[in-house]
Amino acid sequence: MRKREYMLGNDAIARGIVEGGAQVISGYPGTPSSEIIGTLASMKERDFYVEWSVNEKVAFEVAAGAAMAGVRSVVTMKHVGLNVAADPMMTLAYTGIKGSMIIIVADDPSCHSSQNEQDTRRYSQFSLIPCLDPSTPQEAKDMIPYAFELSNRIQMPVIFRPTTRISHGKSDVMLGTVTQNKPVADFRKELERWVMIPKNARIRHIHLLGLQEEILRELENSPWNELEIRDDARFGVIASGIASVYAKEALLKLGINASFLKIGTYPVPENQVRTLISNSDRVLVLEEMEPVVEEQVRMIAQQAGAAVEIIGKMQGPVPRIFELNADICADVLAEVLGLERTAVPSDVGEDFDYNACRIDLPMRPPVMCPGCSHRATFHAMKKVYGKDAIFPSDIGCYTLGIQSGTVDTTLCMGGSITVASGMYQAGEKKPICCSIGDSTFFHTGMNGLLNAIYNKADITVTIVDNRITAMTGHQPNPGMGKTATGEDTVEVSLEALCRGLGAGFVEVVDPYDLERTEEVFRRAKDYRGTSVVITKQLCVIDAKRAGIRRRPFIIDAEKCTGCRICVKLGCPAIEFDTKAKKASINIMCTGCGVCSRMCRFDAISEVKK
Amino acid sequence: MSAPGISRFDLVIAGVGGQGAILASDIIGKAAVKENMPVRAAETHGMAQRGGSVVNHIRLGCELGSMIPLKGADVLLALEPSEALRYLEYLADDGIIIVNTDPILPVTVTSGLCAYPDVGEIISTLREKRKVTAFNATEAAKEAGNAQSMNVVMVGAVSNYLPISVDIMMECVRELVPPKTIDINIRAFEIGRSVAQG
Repeated sequence: MRKREYMLGNDAIARGIVEGGAQVISGYPGTPSSEIIGTLASMKERDFYVEWSVNEKVAFEVAAGAAMAGVRSVVTMKHVGLNVAADPMMTLAYTGIKGSMIIIVADDPSCHSSQNEQDTRRYSQFSLIPCLDPSTPQEAKDMIPYAFELSNRIQMPVIFRPTTRISHGKSDVMLGTVTQNKPVADFRKELERWVMIPKNARIRHIHLLGLQEEILRELENSPWNELEIRDDARFGVIASGIASVYAKEALLKLGINASFLKIGTYPVPENQVRTLISNSDRVLVLEEMEPVVEEQVRMIAQQAGAAVEIIGKMQGPVPRIFELNADICADVLAEVLGLERTAVPSDVGEDFDYNACRIDLPMRPPVMCPGCSHRATFHAMKKVYGKDAIFPSDIGCYTLGIQSGTVDTTLCMGGSITVASGMYQAGEKKPICCSIGDSTFFHTGMNGLLNAIYNKADITVTIVDNRITAMTGHQPNPGMGKTATGEDTVEVSLEALCRGLGAGFVEVVDPYDLERTEEVFRRAKDYRGTSVVITKQLCVIDAKRAGIRRRPFIIDAEKCTGCRICVKLGCPAIEFDTKAKKASINIMCTGCGVCSRMCRFDAISEVKK
Repeated sequence: MSAPGISRFDLVIAGVGGQGAILASDIIGKAAVKENMPVRAAETHGMAQRGGSVVNHIRLGCELGSMIPLKGADVLLALEPSEALRYLEYLADDGIIIVNTDPILPVTVTSGLCAYPDVGEIISTLREKRKVTAFNATEAAKEAGNAQSMNVVMVGAVSNYLPISVDIMMECVRELVPPKTIDINIRAFEIGRSVAQG
């Protein structure tokens, strides 16, 4: 009997990777994609190779190399990671591959955990690499073995693009069988195919364009597009990916009779689109983010000379920003069909300011954990550099330092050191101190530091080294001496690395030791040139898992003067009683002791045994 | 309310990152799969987990999307009182609220930026709107043996309303909690179930 399991979307995708017989899987963590490799790496028995690479470009090329050698490979990343990996991707489209390769790129409409909401389907159009867009976790799993086969048939990589609601959704998933046959690595020299000198590239570009007809035919006949024509309906709905289930729910809820085309592939299935528009007077296109399907539908209608009215987001009511849902789809349908609309607030939750109950709800933003060493680093940094200094930052838990006043810019992975350098080179006279995490430094911070040192930028680079890739769920990185699967490996020294890049000032300090950290920052600030301060302290979550227990701290109410210096640290373990004008420490205290070092009245001490 | 042909039972779980909302929804989702129901769920991961507000949607007997429409949930299970208010718009007009009365103060409150509303006032406001079962689930969990089992107390409370047999629910509690804590969590489940029965 086939097994049905309750699974996270990313676990279902990992299962699809196993069923499809993947041999090399690489990736860089990024919400919402991270659990795919996490799940594969934690499997007790494995007959594939899996790695956390240092960035998406590196991960992409590892997977590309494996597929050039003829095996089945997968690379995983979040949408913005594909910008980093775009360089190899655009040319791998020319060379193609020999085995099979899937490029998994998880999109994040609504920016739940991201700096933008770019649409990976645009990269599919740009690179001419086909793309699959699942509508449920089940389909996500089932698409993976299909994608391996498709990739092998067309000798091209295939993009697979789940969104947050697929990756972090859960569902019952029917498991399939695991492929037993696996190709053997055997790289064959074919210079005109693998060496993209201009002469060869021109030929491969022609080949890539010629391949599009075959790709279209393959996808048109795939099970991921579904067309239902209703003879008695002159209204049609085209919906892609996850929007197709929202659209179905809205049609059911409103009891609307419509022909329906569900799209799960790009390029879109032209024949099915043609059939739908020739059977409809009006067609509504529902898709999240960019009007990728809509543009294609308009083009196909024009070529067919069809007099159909096309409604979507280019001129119409479908939002081009944020996630869709059944409510939004129902509202759009009601507007388009002239039905009665029910007023629905656009968003409920954290940013939702409509308060039906007339009780002011306190904001509950995500914050750094109690005892997080970044809080201590930022405190010392701000004290030494002053609030007028410029603090470019980067992407990780420490971005939450926005509440400490020490995050002035966040652009992209590795964009702290480089932005700081640019500000200095622009003639900015204010002190500049940037922050970047250990994993982000290994990702693309190293290049920025090399550039800053080489071009003599007078800035301080703070590497907030919490010994793990924390924000995305605690993945190992090269600084930890562990691989993705937990094997021992070389522990790369950040200090030696920075010196190797040419840094003349490199200091490592424990940020819990506020006094020493401030002293190091003062020297770094005075240093002429690029100074590097590495604030090294284990992530508190990771420390707890490793069994490190510190005694909590307590505030002596007699000694507390209510000055609120400790409260301003913003630690969730410190509370302030506005009536009694006293601070106190709650059960969340992890015993970092940073507040006790700040108190001028000696009111905070470790709980005695 | 969950609509026929779309979903059989729609549940929203609201809480704070770290309270165990994901485990609570996993117990229910897994149990529903054992009952041969299709299930769809949506969770908060990543950035929002760090002490932020979290909301999970679980749709039992649903083969469409995981997001419950506004005014669509049959039950709102709130692991924290202010979070019940925050996500009240998801609950159907004739829906039911089960709420833990033990507050978690956000850092915006502990640092004195905002005030936390009076819990009694939150509950009475909720009562004006919907049918409410309010109790201190954190205390109940302590009674069972560990405050951390609060999420399982709440699962026990909502089990009275779910289209899932209690035996299968308890089987999933056993399967999903850490092995050393099974007894505590079974007690927690039973306490929660009996509180919300009354």
